[in-house]
Amino acid sequence: MSDELPPTLIPRIAPMFRLQWEEAQNCHVLLYPEGMVKLGGSAGEILKRIDGKKSISTLIDELKAQFPGVPLEADVHKFLETAYGNGWLRSESK
Amino acid sequence: MAMVGSVPNQSKPLWLLAELTYRCPLQCPYCSNPLDIAKYKEELDTEGWLRVLREARKMGAAQLGFSGGEPLVRQDLEILIAEGRKLGYYTNLITSGVGMDEARIAAFKEAGLDHIQISFQASNEELNNYLGGSDSFQHKYDMARLVKKYEYPMVLNIVIHRQNIDQIEDIIKMTIDLQADYVELASTQYYGWSKLNEAQLLPTREQLARAERIAHEYQERMKGRMRILYVVPDYYETRPKACMNGWGSIFLTISPDGSALPCHAARQLPGMTFPNVRTHSVDWIWNQSPTFNFYRGDNWMQEPCRSCPEKTKDFGGCRCQAYMLTGDATNADPVCDKSAYHAELVAQVDAMTMKPLSSRDTKPLVFRNMRNSKELASA
Repeated sequence: MSDELPPTLIPRIAPMFRLQWEEAQNCHVLLYPEGMVKLGGSAGEILKRIDGKKSISTLIDELKAQFPGVPLEADVHKFLETAYGNGWLRSESK
Repeated sequence: MAMVGSVPNQSKPLWLLAELTYRCPLQCPYCSNPLDIAKYKEELDTEGWLRVLREARKMGAAQLGFSGGEPLVRQDLEILIAEGRKLGYYTNLITSGVGMDEARIAAFKEAGLDHIQISFQASNEELNNYLGGSDSFQHKYDMARLVKKYEYPMVLNIVIHRQNIDQIEDIIKMTIDLQADYVELASTQYYGWSKLNEAQLLPTREQLARAERIAHEYQERMKGRMRILYVVPDYYETRPKACMNGWGSIFLTISPDGSALPCHAARQLPGMTFPNVRTHSVDWIWNQSPTFNFYRGDNWMQEPCRSCPEKTKDFGGCRCQAYMLTGDATNADPVCDKSAYHAELVAQVDAMTMKPLSSRDTKPLVFRNMRNSKELASA
C-alpha cells in the first residue's frame, strides 16, 4: 500500500463486511463471517458515509461540514489507512 | 449458586448458534455433536425457531449461525434465513455442502444469506469420502465453485488430524484453487466423537510442527488475499483457550430439541439441567437460569485459577475439558501447565501418539451415525 491515499480514491465497504448500527451496543459494528468489529463514534461516522460513490476528498468535505472547526483530516486519513489495511474497504484501483 | 441474581448480568448473547438438526448425511468420526445424538428426535419446528431468532435478536444477538448436523436437511432453512436477515443478523450457513444445489444457493441469496462455510474432510477424493462416510468430494467442490459464482463470502473449514495433516499443503492449495476468502485449518479438539477416536486422530508432535510451518508459510504468501487460520490441538498447548470467551459471556447454542447450551459440547457436563426454549424465554435462559450463571464470572474457580493473573484472559479454559480429564469441571483446564493434571495429560498424549496408527491395540474409527450412537448408549 502507498503511504498516502489519493484524495480521488473512491472507497466502498468490502463485500465480506456489513456495516450496521447495533442498538443493543449503542454503536456501529462491522459484521463479517463469524465475527464482529465494534466501532468507535468517529469510525462509525466515517464508515456510514462510504457508499462506493464518494471520493475521499468529498468524504472529508462532508465531515468538515458536519463537524465545523474540528481538525479531522489527518485522523480520517489515518483511519482509512487502517480500514484498507484490515480489508474493510476496497477500491477499484486498490 | 450463591451468585445467581445477586449481580445483574451485563453480558449479551452476541453469537447465536442454531443447531437445527442432528441429522447428517456425513459420518465424520470427529464430529463435535454429542455421542447421544440418537436420543434427540424431537426437533424444534419452524415457529419455535422463529421465536428464538426474534427473542435473541432483541437481546443483542448479531451473529447467527445455522449449523447441525447438516442444516440443509431442514426444508424450512430458507424461511429461517430470510427472517434472520430481516431481523438484522449476519447470517452464516455452516454446511457440508451435501444437500445443496444451485437452486438452493440462489434461494438463500434471495433470502439474504450473508456467508457460507463449507467443510471438506481432505483434499483428495478417497480420504475425503472415507472420513465423511459418503461419496461427497466432487459435489462439495462443485458447490464451493457455485458459492463463489453467487458472490458469497466463502469460508472453507477443514478439520485437521493425524490422518490428513501430512497433506496440509495440498489442502491449502485446494482452498486457493476454490478462491476461499477465509480458511480454517481447525485441529480436532477432543470432545464427543473425537474423544472416542482420539488415538486415531491426535497428530504426533512431528506432524504438528511440520504442518504449522507450512500453514505459516502460506499465511505469509496469501496475505491480503486469503486469510488462513490455523488452530493447534489444545492437548499440545501450555495455556488453555478462552473457551467460548467465558461461560455465558457471548455465546448461546440452541440444540435441535430446543435445549440451550453455553457451548455446543456442554451436554456432557454432569449434574446440569439445560433449559429449553420450549418452556422458557431466551431472556430468562440467558440471564436467570442457574445453568447459564453456573460458571459465569470467576466465583466458581479453584486454585490455580482463582489467584491466577491470567484468569481474566482465558477464564480457566474449557469446563468440558476440565471435567473429562480431571473428573471435576471446576478444576483448571489441564491444558494449562499450572494444572496439577498437566503432566498426566502430556504423558497420555505421548503414549497415544507413539503407537503407529496400524497398531493392533489401536481401536478402529467409530463413525458418527445414529446406529453407533444407539449402540454406544446401550453399551
